[in-house]
Amino acid sequence: MNIFADALNWILDPANYAGPGAIPVRALEHLGFTFLTLLLASAIAIPFGFAIGHSGRGRGLAVATSGGLRAIPTLGLLTLVALWIGIGLGAPYVALTVLAIPPILAGAYTGFEAIDRGAIDAARAVGMSEVQILTQVEIPLGLPLLIGGLRSAALQVVATATLAAYVADFGLGRYLFSGLKTRDYAQMLGGSILVILLALALEAVFATLQRIVVPRGVASTRLPVDRARSARPRPGMEPAITKGNP
Amino acid sequence: MNWVWANLDLIWDRTLDHLVLSVPPIILSFVIALPLGWLANRYRLSRGVILTASGLLYAIPSFPMFIVLPALVGTTLRSPLNLVIALTIYGVALMVRVVADGLASVDADVQRSAVAVGFSTWTTFWQVELPLSGPVLLAGLRVVAVSTVSLATVGAVIGAQSLGSLFTDGFQRGIQAEIITGIVATVLLALLLDGALVAVGRLALPWTRARKTVKADARLRLPVEVTS
Repeated sequence: MNIFADALNWILDPANYAGPGAIPVRALEHLGFTFLTLLLASAIAIPFGFAIGHSGRGRGLAVATSGGLRAIPTLGLLTLVALWIGIGLGAPYVALTVLAIPPILAGAYTGFEAIDRGAIDAARAVGMSEVQILTQVEIPLGLPLLIGGLRSAALQVVATATLAAYVADFGLGRYLFSGLKTRDYAQMLGGSILVILLALALEAVFATLQRIVVPRGVASTRLPVDRARSARPRPGMEPAITKGNP
Repeated sequence: MNWVWANLDLIWDRTLDHLVLSVPPIILSFVIALPLGWLANRYRLSRGVILTASGLLYAIPSFPMFIVLPALVGTTLRSPLNLVIALTIYGVALMVRVVADGLASVDADVQRSAVAVGFSTWTTFWQVELPLSGPVLLAGLRVVAVSTVSLATVGAVIGAQSLGSLFTDGFQRGIQAEIITGIVATVLLALLLDGALVAVGRLALPWTRARKTVKADARLRLPVEVTS
């Protein structure tokens, strides 16, 4: 456990809290990068996902392209784009936005597909316009699955952002790479612990968010059913398994 | 393409390295996830503990995981064993939930019938629950295979040889063809293992093919029943 003590000392060392490479700076870079990438990917994926979910058209194409994108190794895409556009933050933004699109897209349209058709037909029957159906029925009811998609995208981005330090001087991944280069295991391990803590914190935030956004009406009708079933739970409306984190 | 022809030996060697890293975790994660998934499905307490733990393990980014493992279990950073253990952890984390869901999807009446004709818990599992949840398990294992092959490339950043080495080497030497070759080879290898799993599934679950046609028939018949 001596190694972990060294790593803890490294994390708590005041020398690592000053200057441009300070731990808080690196952590903020990491988080900011993750957030901005998710925003970029959402801006592309959510409108498409809503359109596919609302119209029911183009689903096959979306499944095929996102399936194909998922099979691509993240490190390969990252290094390839970095060779094209050079060292710096540009390549990670491009590569990670591409990687974050499939889970968000899938979350957006599966969220709509999981909605009881009766609810949408009822909304149409009481005279709601298509826009009203979209904003007042489909989006609120599909939100938990969309957040689920964002959650797995966030997981993937925060993990791959560590690798992005390979092609750009930023983020917590820097500590891992410089520790590898100088054989400084305490720094490597300390950096790893910080990345893991950040990833777990993000996971906890999204898990909570996913629970909060369930509309009150849905939550109250769903709870007793869950309780009755909990002895032998059946696979519910959880999002399909998404690709592993890089 | 010239780069590919000039380096066929290198590509082949890295492909073999990659297979050594990715095949054991796929098999191990299935074997380890079976009892854990059964436990998760059987008792409410173990379900919460096991599924939460596997969710958290799955959330750990792989690059830090490769670095933390040697400190925890004493493996050497660059050794294949270190990567195999890490990839197995991810595979198990994914597969446990699949096994639990697959076992839960077995019709409770079928289970009770097995108990009624005198099957023990052990034989019910092997002869009823496991075969019936086979299609779900196979689907999960295919996801594990594709993600394991993709994840194994990350080992290249700590210096473990795999198809991912083509990415780091290609990047450092500025050879685009090498990186593209690595991506294509990784995707092909994933497809190959996926295809192998499908083939194994056909052999092990011969009734799933027959059932598919029955399902299609039922779907065709449904509109008629609704209108009549």
